[in-house]
Amino acid sequence: MIFLNIEKKLHAAHGDMLLDLNLHIQQGQLVTLYGASGAGKTSTLRMLSGLFRPDKGKITVNGEVWFDSTQRINLKPQQRTIGFVFQDYALFPNMTVLQNLEFALNKHGDKNIISELIAMVELGDLQNRKPATLSGGQKQRVALARALVQQPKILLLDEPLSALDANIRSKLQDYLLRIHQRFNLTTLLISHDKAEICKLSDWVFVLDNGQLQQQGTPTDIFIDKKNQQSLQLTGKVVDIVQEKNTYTVSVLIENQVIVVNVSTNNFQNLCIGDKVRVAFEMSNPVLLGKG
Amino acid sequence: MNWQPLLLTFQLALLTTFILLFISIPLAYWLAYSKSRLKPIIETLVSMPLVLPPTVLGFYFLIAFSPNNAFGNWLKNTLDIQLVFSFSGLVIASILYSLPFMVHPIQSGLAALPSSLKEAAYVMGKSRFTTLWRVLLPNIKPSLLTGIVLAFAHTVGEFGVVLMIGGNIPGETKVAAIAIYDEVEALNYATANFYSAVLFALSFCILLLVYLVNGGYLKRFWK
Repeated sequence: MIFLNIEKKLHAAHGDMLLDLNLHIQQGQLVTLYGASGAGKTSTLRMLSGLFRPDKGKITVNGEVWFDSTQRINLKPQQRTIGFVFQDYALFPNMTVLQNLEFALNKHGDKNIISELIAMVELGDLQNRKPATLSGGQKQRVALARALVQQPKILLLDEPLSALDANIRSKLQDYLLRIHQRFNLTTLLISHDKAEICKLSDWVFVLDNGQLQQQGTPTDIFIDKKNQQSLQLTGKVVDIVQEKNTYTVSVLIENQVIVVNVSTNNFQNLCIGDKVRVAFEMSNPVLLGKG
Repeated sequence: MNWQPLLLTFQLALLTTFILLFISIPLAYWLAYSKSRLKPIIETLVSMPLVLPPTVLGFYFLIAFSPNNAFGNWLKNTLDIQLVFSFSGLVIASILYSLPFMVHPIQSGLAALPSSLKEAAYVMGKSRFTTLWRVLLPNIKPSLLTGIVLAFAHTVGEFGVVLMIGGNIPGETKVAAIAIYDEVEALNYATANFYSAVLFALSFCILLLVYLVNGGYLKRFWK
């Protein structure tokens, strides 16, 4: 169980912002921090890991106090048992894949964990390579394995998959789920991808401008129950033909052009290139097959 | 041919570089990561030898180390060390004189590393020292090499400071740069030319080596 109740004044690009959060995270859950960039997600992970000091508040993890401003307790990152996967992976360029993992092992650590992790993320063939020669997805797997060598109870991931393409992303999500379950971790993930969040997370915290705006299961947050009968998509106007009182508007959505008739009274200043929302009535959605 | 001034020069440069390495790494580390308010002051002091005429530095050393003054007197009476017109005095003066040439490359090397490397090591429970030794320094090898070579070459080339504080004692403080000046004054152009040619060739080779190594030109031979 993680209790995190912190306040921190941040100096962001668009002025000062007060990060003021009170989060409770259940043991064993995979939790996502969701929100626009600059909302304070990365700062939250950094404060939990001890890399960044909150101004005020308290952080308790499984009954152990990691930070308490009133009692002047602030454990160093070295004293907090967490695994952290950085956005830029932070692999040590001077060490091979294997050496990166071995470096993470502490003196009395169990060496078997390294071979188990290497097998789990399928890095066997790459273990003697230097990070500079690896692809993004491979680096990501090394970073993930390395974060777990110390067998932490908490895993923090700062947008780990954002730089990867969809295929590798989906594969890495599977690794992540497997590892999360195998090591009985409490995992905090930063992600912008709703599909990814729905696939991975048990719980979502929506952050906005330093405040907790909403929390709940991914279905609660992302699925709009009122609008189950209609599907809304955003597209771009590519053509407008005017006839008396109606426009015939062509809208590009994904890669398809959809033609909609609208009354001129409702949309007087519609121009080519405008972004528009289009609602579709859904009476009977059908799954067409994979891919 | 008298090799002594050349040998003395390289002794001085080697010793200075060696000691500087130990001083500069912690200093560069502090300058690269500290948020202290004193930092600009220390940075300025470290860089002073770049802009000050060497004679200014030499002059103040001469005054400070002179047995006629309190500090020099204390050194002489309590520790029995005389820093004026001695090799140890030259070493200390050279260390200060070449300090920025060692500190600056290391400092910028450290500052250019992504901070996540350091943070990743901390999160793994590694101490600052282990992180510096195993993660940071191995990843700034070109900067270390540049620092070492520049400090060495700069010490070989110093003249003004040595002249002020060391004088011209054969085997003790008469380094090659001084010897050249001396021989020219005595119109021994052949000897001056010998010392000059050796220094020229050596400096060229040392700098060329740095550019070859840091530019990756040598890699194809051992890969």
